[in-house]
Amino acid sequence: MVRDVTASATAVVANGDDEARGRVGDLVVDLESKDGDVDRWRPLVNSKPVWFVRRRIGFGVRPVSWQGWVVSVIALGIVVATLIGRGRSTSSTASIVVVVGLYLAVGYARSVRRTTSTVAESVQSIDDAVPRSARSPGETVARAVLANVTQRSLRETAQATGSPANAIDVTNLTKRFGERTAFLDVTFSVARGEVFGFLGPNGAGKTTTVRTLSTLIEPTSGQARIAGIALEPENGEAIRQKISVMTESPGLYAKLSVNENLEFFVGLYRLPNGAARIGDALEAVNLSARANDPCGSLSKGLRQRVGLARALLNDPEIIFLDEPTSGLDPVATREVSDLIVSLRSRGVTIFLTTHRLEEAERLCDRVAILNTTLRVVGRTDDLRQQLFSSSLEVVTSEPLLRPDDVFARVPAISSWRRDDAGHYVLETLSPKATAPAVARALVAANADIESLVESHHSLEDVYLQLIDQDAEVRP
Amino acid sequence: MTVDATRVRAVVLKEFRQYRRNKFILYTMVVMPIVFLFVPISTILGLSSSLPESAVRGAVGSVFLLMFIIPVVVPASIAAYSVIGEREQGTLEPVLTTPLSREEFVLGKALATLLPGALLSYAVFIVVMAVLRTAAHPNVVHALWQVPWFVAELLFAPLLAAWSTWVGTAISVRSSDVRVAQQLGTLASLPALGITSLMTFQVLKPTVVVALVVAAVLVIIDVGAWRVVSHLFDRERLITGTAASRSVP
Repeated sequence: MVRDVTASATAVVANGDDEARGRVGDLVVDLESKDGDVDRWRPLVNSKPVWFVRRRIGFGVRPVSWQGWVVSVIALGIVVATLIGRGRSTSSTASIVVVVGLYLAVGYARSVRRTTSTVAESVQSIDDAVPRSARSPGETVARAVLANVTQRSLRETAQATGSPANAIDVTNLTKRFGERTAFLDVTFSVARGEVFGFLGPNGAGKTTTVRTLSTLIEPTSGQARIAGIALEPENGEAIRQKISVMTESPGLYAKLSVNENLEFFVGLYRLPNGAARIGDALEAVNLSARANDPCGSLSKGLRQRVGLARALLNDPEIIFLDEPTSGLDPVATREVSDLIVSLRSRGVTIFLTTHRLEEAERLCDRVAILNTTLRVVGRTDDLRQQLFSSSLEVVTSEPLLRPDDVFARVPAISSWRRDDAGHYVLETLSPKATAPAVARALVAANADIESLVESHHSLEDVYLQLIDQDAEVRP
Repeated sequence: MTVDATRVRAVVLKEFRQYRRNKFILYTMVVMPIVFLFVPISTILGLSSSLPESAVRGAVGSVFLLMFIIPVVVPASIAAYSVIGEREQGTLEPVLTTPLSREEFVLGKALATLLPGALLSYAVFIVVMAVLRTAAHPNVVHALWQVPWFVAELLFAPLLAAWSTWVGTAISVRSSDVRVAQQLGTLASLPALGITSLMTFQVLKPTVVVALVVAAVLVIIDVGAWRVVSHLFDRERLITGTAASRSVP
């Protein structure tokens, strides 16, 4: 079914013909009816008995698979044998029938859910293949039709396929350790393929957030979805399969070689072609020559690189990097930065916690600043605009005698202040347009201009502004 | 609960590699069995040929008690170090961010600990029995060379090693200090010997059936202990030192 939809959608994308479009429509209607089935089954799927069956007798085996059929046939055989052999043991028979029935029902509902979810992937593939601006009418229709079927159950499909729009969705997440609050009511999203900077002072809750999102510790309240999977205790393994975490301290086995350290993690992720993956990962961090050296003999920078290689092994959807350049020299720092850039180009989502604000500004698409509560989230340019008004900075060789009079000649200046002798900051909505008028006014006042530039506020300014505000608010 | 053999094997292999590179662990494993190699041999060879049968049986029982102490003592301190040692080295957190479940982690750790313990016990047992078979008085050899004892050694060594391992691991996952964990681990694993002592002290007549029943009891205890230790394994407590409201699998 899904193959048919995808094939028809592909034909629409390729040709834009009406027949293919109609075929997609028919298939979608069929899928919608199955989606309705999922809705009908959902209360049952989430019911306690089914949960019990799934957890206790293992729902990795599905009725739609051959193992599922074997289990079902054996169970039915037991029922028949009980009926023939004992005749009156109706309670045991009934319980087996109920278990098998629930088993089949949940398996069916899950398979339908998977089917509809795969349509979402088709939509995504159209989005990936053809940019919106270049999309033909046929392609637009195909996408719209496909999107329509999945829109109603987008959350479910995202959960099943792990292919949501956002790599990370965090809603009102809070973590408390007894009386101490690590982070409070945090809400943000990280798009797929985004480099997301997570900044904050020491003790702000950054590492605890990373630990929470990587399922090491459990949130006190709130929800999150990681790689499309709900952050719940039962999903820990599934989430960890799709992510990797590079902790601030790389945590390597000192007496084992680099290769042996990585081999261990290849085993933990059950990765095929382990040697090739290790080779690729070491090459990515430029460490192939040290593969057989004991990790204990490596410098801190090299150990950090081994930690990075380890984080790349499982080809994760999301990488959490906790202070990846901590303790590295400038060259090694640059190498890590280059690696982050190359990971982004491969579509990997990167969640970067760092104290290096210039690094965050250079690498991150967006940043969040945490100080127990989330202070801001956004692009650095936007944050600058939010926090700082645009301004011009003027430096004259001597202080102006009557600065009020000089700046009053330029109506675009809303206000001004003197930072230092001969150093003036002029607030204006449009610094570039105002600069010539300011220059003229200064020349008219016989001032010697040393410089006249637009003020630049770095991410560090944004950060310090916010943290200072917090320090003023908190006693 | 599903246990993936590949992940468990990865943990075991990593542990063995670490043992090989860590002379301290190797010495700890080997020294105790060497002591237990000479003590029973000298005890039995020093017996007078005129001793009454009951005294011979008592001496033979003490030999087997020593044999059963090896699988208890050897894994105890290593198991006690297993989890807290990783925590102290800072290697635990990266491991816990992988799909490895707590059951797989503790099982891998346990197998890597109990296998050397059991194998060393077998090795010592074989050497002791071979020496005594050739050098001891025929009366003693008769009392010694009984099928129930062989069955007991075969079954009890891994089961006692498993018990000792679980106790050590349980202490390791909840302890905050390596030295305390190792001391407690060795002491706390000794009570398991009580069950086997029923045979060695002739409270229960050593027969194959008794050996099998005692082994069955130990199997039940070991499986239960694995589950208990797995539940004691709390990622949050291990990472932050604070217990989680619910534990993450």
